[in-house]
Amino acid sequence: ASLATRPGGFGKAETPTSLADITHYNNFYEFGLDKSDPARLSGSFHSRPWTLRIQGAVAKPVIIDIDQLIATHQPESRIYRMRCVEAWSMVIPWDGIPLADILRQAEPLGSAKFVAFTSVLRPDELPGQRSGYGSISWPYVEGLRLDEAMNPLTLLAVGLYGETLPSQNGAPLRLVVPWKYGFKGIKSITTMTLMETMPPTSWNQLAPQEYGFYANVNPDVDHPRWSQASERVIGSGGFFGERRQPTRLFNGYGDQVAHLYAGMDLKTFF
Amino acid sequence: MASSIRWTPPGVIILTLWIAGLVPAFRSFWLGADNELGPDPVRSFEHLLGLWAFRFLLASLAITPLRLVTGYSLIRYRRTLGLLAFVYALMHVATYIALDLQFDFAILWRDLTRRPFLVFGMIAFLCLIPLAATSSQFLIRKLGRNWRRLHRIVYVALVAASAHFLMAFKTWHPEALLYVLSGSILLIIRVGYKIRSQVRQTGAKM
Repeated sequence: ASLATRPGGFGKAETPTSLADITHYNNFYEFGLDKSDPARLSGSFHSRPWTLRIQGAVAKPVIIDIDQLIATHQPESRIYRMRCVEAWSMVIPWDGIPLADILRQAEPLGSAKFVAFTSVLRPDELPGQRSGYGSISWPYVEGLRLDEAMNPLTLLAVGLYGETLPSQNGAPLRLVVPWKYGFKGIKSITTMTLMETMPPTSWNQLAPQEYGFYANVNPDVDHPRWSQASERVIGSGGFFGERRQPTRLFNGYGDQVAHLYAGMDLKTFF
Repeated sequence: MASSIRWTPPGVIILTLWIAGLVPAFRSFWLGADNELGPDPVRSFEHLLGLWAFRFLLASLAITPLRLVTGYSLIRYRRTLGLLAFVYALMHVATYIALDLQFDFAILWRDLTRRPFLVFGMIAFLCLIPLAATSSQFLIRKLGRNWRRLHRIVYVALVAASAHFLMAFKTWHPEALLYVLSGSILLIIRVGYKIRSQVRQTGAKM
């Protein structure tokens, strides 16, 4: 269904990746390990009805219905670069709500320092959660520091290209943190918990030496499996037309977010 | 022996093997050039070539266990299968350097010095080079016993390629595990028969 959106302020100069590529090249291990699995196997996933719970160190814990959430905050369209830790990238026209606007509804307490996100756990609808092949322990969990969560760039996406978010892209509600690797963008969020301590994150639990809590895009900090110095641009046209471009620190969003990490050694806190 | 195979000249079978063996590469290359290989054609092509290299490596390594277990020998086709494995590995590496890295040798150097996943892959490929280079009838005869010794490197190639295959995924991948398990079974059959024949020889001597 099409969404009523308003234009947002970011990324007007970028050319978005095609809808077909954005919806058929997904890492969403709840559906399967191959990038074509989410589009193929998400047919029986129900993203309605859906509620989002905000709890923990907040003055007003809330449970919000997804359609009510969309109706009260008119989603804005924002074109963001997306850089996967596997050294490929896309440009995605999201429709979403700044996370800060949603968190404020619950009135985070002064003691809150982190936000923990929990994804959906439904083995009967998510084939990847049924068999033992994912070595991620479900549900998928992610986290942000509160100042990262409140940064104006941080978005909860509810749509793509002006349409309701497809299941394979994390319906009905997914996190988008464009200066971090894609795996930080937890999909199909059910719960956000404000915390005083750093929450666990799924990939970090699985391989702490490969995936850090921060996961900021950084060409100077290599992953043990991939060089992060450059990236393949998905959908840039055929075999011989596929582009490789240099990766930028914070995925090019340094002006908006570099101050969050002032004085931190990004090689240690990767 | 299956009579149909006996009646077909081996040369014809070998030629058919070569042509059929190269079909996956040509087909994907064609699709890729036409941008019909999905959102990430280079990576799809690269992976397909690597997968077929592993398949042909397994096929060539299956010839002896097949004879040991069933008595049925396809030994005259082993060289073709081994060479197909090498050709696919070569195309796999060439695609990685030319289409994926686009000749960025700085990244290539870092990949090969820092990333175990790619180090294992390169070891497997380097192992296959001397095997392919000494595959001619002339060199087999000339090298004699040494040829057999040299070609034991294929086991190093199998182990390195298995590590590379398993490490290419972020989590344990069932398909990769299945392939690696198949390779392990082929090795176990050989080792099993080797031990049995040694036990028999020792028994005969006593």
